[in-house]
Amino acid sequence: MFDNHIDRKVLSELQDVMEGEYLNLLVVFLDDAQRRLDQLHAAHDTEELRMAAHSLKGSSGNMGAQVLADLCRQLEERLKQPPLLAIEDLINQIYREHATVRQLFLAECQRISVG
Amino acid sequence: MADQQPLTVLIAEDGAADRLLLASIVRKQGHLVLTAENGEQAVALFVEQRPQLVLLDALMPVMDGFEAARQIKALAGEALVPIIFLTSLTEDEGLVRCLEAGGDDFLAKPYSQVILAAKIKAMDRLRRLQVTILQQRDELARHHTHLLNEQRVAKAVFDQVAHAGCLSAPNIRYLQSPYALFNGDLLLAAFTPTGDMHVLVGDFTGHGLPAAVGAMPLAEVFYGMTAKGYGLAETLREMNAKLKRILPVGMFCCAVLLNLSFERRVVEIWNGGMPDGYLLPQAGGEPLPLVSRHLPLGVLAPEQFDEQTEVLPLVLGDRLLLLSDGVVETSDENDQLFGVERLKQVFAANRQPQQLFEDVLQALEGFRGQSRDDVSLLEITVVAPQVLAPAPIVYSDSGQSSPLDWSLSFEFRAQTLKRFNPLPYLMQVLQEVHGLRGQSGALHSVLNELYSNALEHGVLGLDSSLKRDAQGFAAYYQARNQRLQALQDGFIRLHLHVEPLGGGGRLIIEVEDSGKGFDVGKVLQSPAREQRLCGRGLSLIRQLSRHAEWADDGRRARVEFAWEALA
Repeated sequence: MFDNHIDRKVLSELQDVMEGEYLNLLVVFLDDAQRRLDQLHAAHDTEELRMAAHSLKGSSGNMGAQVLADLCRQLEERLKQPPLLAIEDLINQIYREHATVRQLFLAECQRISVG
Repeated sequence: MADQQPLTVLIAEDGAADRLLLASIVRKQGHLVLTAENGEQAVALFVEQRPQLVLLDALMPVMDGFEAARQIKALAGEALVPIIFLTSLTEDEGLVRCLEAGGDDFLAKPYSQVILAAKIKAMDRLRRLQVTILQQRDELARHHTHLLNEQRVAKAVFDQVAHAGCLSAPNIRYLQSPYALFNGDLLLAAFTPTGDMHVLVGDFTGHGLPAAVGAMPLAEVFYGMTAKGYGLAETLREMNAKLKRILPVGMFCCAVLLNLSFERRVVEIWNGGMPDGYLLPQAGGEPLPLVSRHLPLGVLAPEQFDEQTEVLPLVLGDRLLLLSDGVVETSDENDQLFGVERLKQVFAANRQPQQLFEDVLQALEGFRGQSRDDVSLLEITVVAPQVLAPAPIVYSDSGQSSPLDWSLSFEFRAQTLKRFNPLPYLMQVLQEVHGLRGQSGALHSVLNELYSNALEHGVLGLDSSLKRDAQGFAAYYQARNQRLQALQDGFIRLHLHVEPLGGGGRLIIEVEDSGKGFDVGKVLQSPAREQRLCGRGLSLIRQLSRHAEWADDGRRARVEFAWEALA
């Protein structure tokens, strides 16, 4: 399940770099990602949508959540040129992917706290 | 990563997780990290902490990375603060914006530790290079100021040495840039004790202090020997030997020297490597070029040096013009040279001789593109000797120990006559007699005449009537040099006798030569003009002394000087 949604190798490198701060990083990311999603939801125009998608793309990429990152990239691309085709559908995919990734990271947090 | 020195790195990134991650990565590489959430915070932190490296997210709220980069670069000024943009902007336009805002490099997301470390290292190398460049630039500026100061001091010292001359004489006009010294250009002029004038226009090789530094010993020799009454030949020999000894190989001094006698209306010329000088006849017509026939001073060893001069007759109103090569080499905006032809045109076009100097200056001024520091020009007009009033020599002793009752005899034989001029030495001796000091000039002139008569007409047997015209002059002096070189026998005897007379004293000079003698009565009776040019200066000797007579068929001259009791 992990392998598709989150790159394990990236997580292990992150743990290596962050050392004692690894758990903190996970928490910060989860909080940040939620905020980006709220921005996505509350966006009034394509510009705001694009900024939110761009940011989420960047941070999820850094965390190894490659599917989520890619979906955000697609949204960013499509928002550049009208007509805005099937945007709603793409946004929904992002919500769902985020939910999955969130669960996986929470599990990772638990693994660290206990271990 | 051990060889990278720790830096202070500013990270501006609005994503909290990304910021945290990047800060950890950079900290782990050994650096001190400052973080900001937006461009405004980044700029404020930069002002406060002055980090050496900045990592900037391109898209941030409040102030974006582009604006922050512009402000930070402006604040950094001369120093290089590398800015690395953090971006997942992939379009070219985004990347171009980063560069134009002053970014030095990019780091793409997701962040790679290895790539980041490599970029930090590379950027830091550039940063340190800039620091070095600025330090060296400042050092260069200091050295330059220092050098200019040294030149100022050198010039001040030189002006004291050069200042001893007579460039301000009424018959001299000259042009020289104030910093000509540092182009090696030299202009010297001084009176001899007999009222003749020695002139030197020179050009040292090189620029700056090396060119100037040879000028001082040269000027000392020139002024020292001229003041003592040495002739041009001896002065040339000394100057050449001195420069040969002290200058490094490859450095030398081109020079043209003149010895003008306003009394005898004759000029002696030596030109070693300088451009042609010109003798402009008072009567008009073609100017006579004074061509370089020798190597410059300081090239040849003393044994090989040739001090032979050319001698030309002069007429009242003749002009001599000497110039440095900066004159002929003056160029206009199209790099055309002024050249010798144009100079000759100026001579030809000149209507008023007194204006000649101005004409040349104006022609140069009108022609030139850029002003030059190495244009030197000297014009001397031939005037009657009364017009010039050389400054009286100042003596430094107390006047108490004057020798008043003595005799001295010399016999100079052939080998000595070839190489040695005894007159400066004899004059030194006679200067000790205070009563004679007031007649120093006359004494010099008389001794000169007596000695050259004894040598040239007596020992060498030259016919004075040769000096009737210009061609004869040249022939005469050529013959003089040839016969002197070949001389095997002959002598000149000199007796000096000083004794008290009344309250003061008198000097008796006797000069005897081994020549054939001459018809004294005949010479004394010939017309004055003829006597001046080709006589033996007998009238002059009579005029300047208290008493003069010739015996032994003209082979022996006896001349008297006297003085009153000194106050």
